[in-house]
Amino acid sequence: MRIYVCVKQVPDTSGKVAVNENGTLNRASMATIINPDDLAAAEAALRLKDETGCRVTAVSMGPAPAMGMLRELIAMGCDDGVLISGREFGGSDTFATSQIIAGALSNLGIGEDDVIFCGRQAIDGDTAQVGPQIAEKLNIPQITYAADIKKEGNKLIVKRMLEDGYMMVEMQTPCLITCIKELNAPRYMTVKGILESFEKEITILDYPALKDEPLIDPTTIGLKGSPTNIFKSFAPPLKGAGRMLEGTENEMVDELVSELAKKHII
Amino acid sequence: MSYNSADIAAFSDIWVFCEQREGKLMNTDFELISEGRKLADERGAKLVGLLVGGPGIENTAKELGGYGADKVIVCADPCLEVYTTDAYTEAVCQTVMDKKPEVLLIGASNIGRDLGPRVAARLHTGLTADCTHLDIDMNKYLEFLSEASTMEINTKKFDMEDTNLKMTRPAFGGHLMATIICPRFRPCMSTVRPGVMKKAPFDQAKADACEIEMANINIDEAVLKTKVVEVVKETKKLVDLIGAEVVVSVGRGIAKNVEGGIKIAEELAEAFGGGVVGASRAVVDAGWISADHQVGQTGKTVHPKIYVALGISGAIQHRAGMQDSELIIAVNTNDTAPIFEVADYGIVGDLFKVAPLMKDAILAAKAGK
Repeated sequence: MRIYVCVKQVPDTSGKVAVNENGTLNRASMATIINPDDLAAAEAALRLKDETGCRVTAVSMGPAPAMGMLRELIAMGCDDGVLISGREFGGSDTFATSQIIAGALSNLGIGEDDVIFCGRQAIDGDTAQVGPQIAEKLNIPQITYAADIKKEGNKLIVKRMLEDGYMMVEMQTPCLITCIKELNAPRYMTVKGILESFEKEITILDYPALKDEPLIDPTTIGLKGSPTNIFKSFAPPLKGAGRMLEGTENEMVDELVSELAKKHII
Repeated sequence: MSYNSADIAAFSDIWVFCEQREGKLMNTDFELISEGRKLADERGAKLVGLLVGGPGIENTAKELGGYGADKVIVCADPCLEVYTTDAYTEAVCQTVMDKKPEVLLIGASNIGRDLGPRVAARLHTGLTADCTHLDIDMNKYLEFLSEASTMEINTKKFDMEDTNLKMTRPAFGGHLMATIICPRFRPCMSTVRPGVMKKAPFDQAKADACEIEMANINIDEAVLKTKVVEVVKETKKLVDLIGAEVVVSVGRGIAKNVEGGIKIAEELAEAFGGGVVGASRAVVDAGWISADHQVGQTGKTVHPKIYVALGISGAIQHRAGMQDSELIIAVNTNDTAPIFEVADYGIVGDLFKVAPLMKDAILAAKAGK
C-alpha cells in the first residue's frame, strides 16, 4: 500500500491580509502555511503508516518555495515528496488543477490498495473541489468530510460528517478521502526527521515530465484549459460605522436597551 | 445521445438540484428555487428542479413549484434513497446530458459540495464553489456591484449583452470578493451557500400547476463503489445558527472563564426571547465549543435580526459570516477592535460585566411593558 497526501501551501489568512490596489491578494507580503485541512490529511496518512508500515508520499502543486513545505512533511514522517511545478500549470482553476494532479498521480502509479488523502478545502479558495475532481479524473471512489478512518482488509471504513449527523461508509481501494481538521491533532516534526528530510529526495514533475500522460492535455490545463474565469474581483466595503455608546457600563447598557425598546426590537 | 459541453447553443433552462434527506426536502432547496426563479426570469428561461431520491420521492415534488419551479424532473431509484457520490453523480449526469440545462445550481451542503465537483468534472464544465450572489442580467449585476464594492462603476466598460451567469463568492477568508463566469462550457455550475438566498413566499396555486416529469435513468450497479453502512442523526441538540433570529457569539474574550462566558451568552440569548450561541474561529480552534457553533467564512453565514458579539475582535473572516445581520451589538474591552466597524451599537467594556447587566436590563424592560 502507498498513500499519496495532496497538500497546498497557502497564505495565512487568519492574520493580517494585504490586498493590492487592483483588488488582488498581495501574496508576497504574507506568511505561508501548510493548509490546515491538508495537515490533518497528512496526519491521517501517517497514522495508517504507523499501523501498516506503508509508504507515504507528499504531493503538492505550486511554485518552487513549496519544496520547503514538502520537507516539513518529510520531517513529520512522510517518506518522500513530489512537487508538480511548471509555467504551463499556472492560472489553473479547480478543474484544470485536478486534471494536472490526477495526471501526475497516474504518472507516479496508483496500485490496487493505494489511497489518496486530501484536505477538505484550502483556506485561500475554500472550494473543496480539487479532491473530488481528482477522484473523478482517476475514476476512483471518494469520501469527503472524513472524521474517522479505519482500515479493515482491503476496505476502508470512514465516518463521513453531515450537518445533522454522520454516515459510516465502506469503500474499496484505490480511493480518495478528504479530511477535515477536526479529524486529528497533527504531530510535530522530529529533530531526526528534520535532519533526514534534507537527505530524502523530492521529485519535481514539470510539464515535459508529464506531457505524455493522457490527462495532461494543453486544452485542459493552465489558464487556457480552465472552464471558469474571473470576471471581476473587488474588495467589499465595510458597513457604515454605528454608534459607540458612552458612559459607565450601567449607562451604556441602559441607553442600548432603551434604544432597542424604542425601535420595538425587544 | 450526443453530448458536448462546449456546444453552448444547445443548452437552455435554469436547473436547481434539490437535495432530500430521509425523503424530506431541505430548506436550501426552497432558497435555491426562489433564487433560480429570479435568474430564469432574467434569462427568459424555464426553472426546473432536479429531485433525486428513492421510489416515491416524486410525491414531495409539487412543493418546489410553490417556490417558483415550472417543472420538477425526478430521478427515483432504490439506490438513490441514501446519498452516495457514485449513484447521485450517475443520476445527475445522465439527466443533464439528456436535457442540457444552461445553468445547474446545487446547495453548498456537505453533500452538495461532494456531488458538485464530481459532476462538473464528468461533464467537463466549470463549477464555482459556495457562491453568495448570482446574476445574469448585466444591469442587475452592476446594481449589485455598486452596493457591494468600492469600485467606481461609471469609469469601467462592461458588455451589457453578457448573458453568462455571474457567480460572486468571497475568497481569501472574505478579504476579497470574486465574480466568476464559465463562458465556454455548459451547464454553468455553482454551489450556493445555505442561508444566503432569500426564500420566496409559498404559493399553493403555483405548486398545483407545477409539472412533474420522471427521468429515464439507468444506474449500473458496477459503478457503485461505496456502501453506506449506517446513517446516524446526532442526538445532541442541533445548533441551528442559520435559522436563528438571535445569535449571541463569544470570542477569545471569554478566555479567563470559558464556561461562565458561554453560560452568560446563553442567558443573554434567552433574555432576547431565545437564540443560539455562536463562536469565533479562535474559540472553536481552542476546543472551547464545538465547530457547529462557528460563525464566519469557514463556519456559517448568519443574518439574524439581532447579533451580539461578546469579546470578539472581529477578524474579517468572522465579519464575513455575520455583517449582514439586521442589528449588531458588539462588546469588547479594546476600543479599536475591528468588530466596532460593523456594529450598530458598540460598548467598550468587559463582557463579564456588560452582558449580565444587558440581560437584566432587557428582562426589566420586557417586564415593564
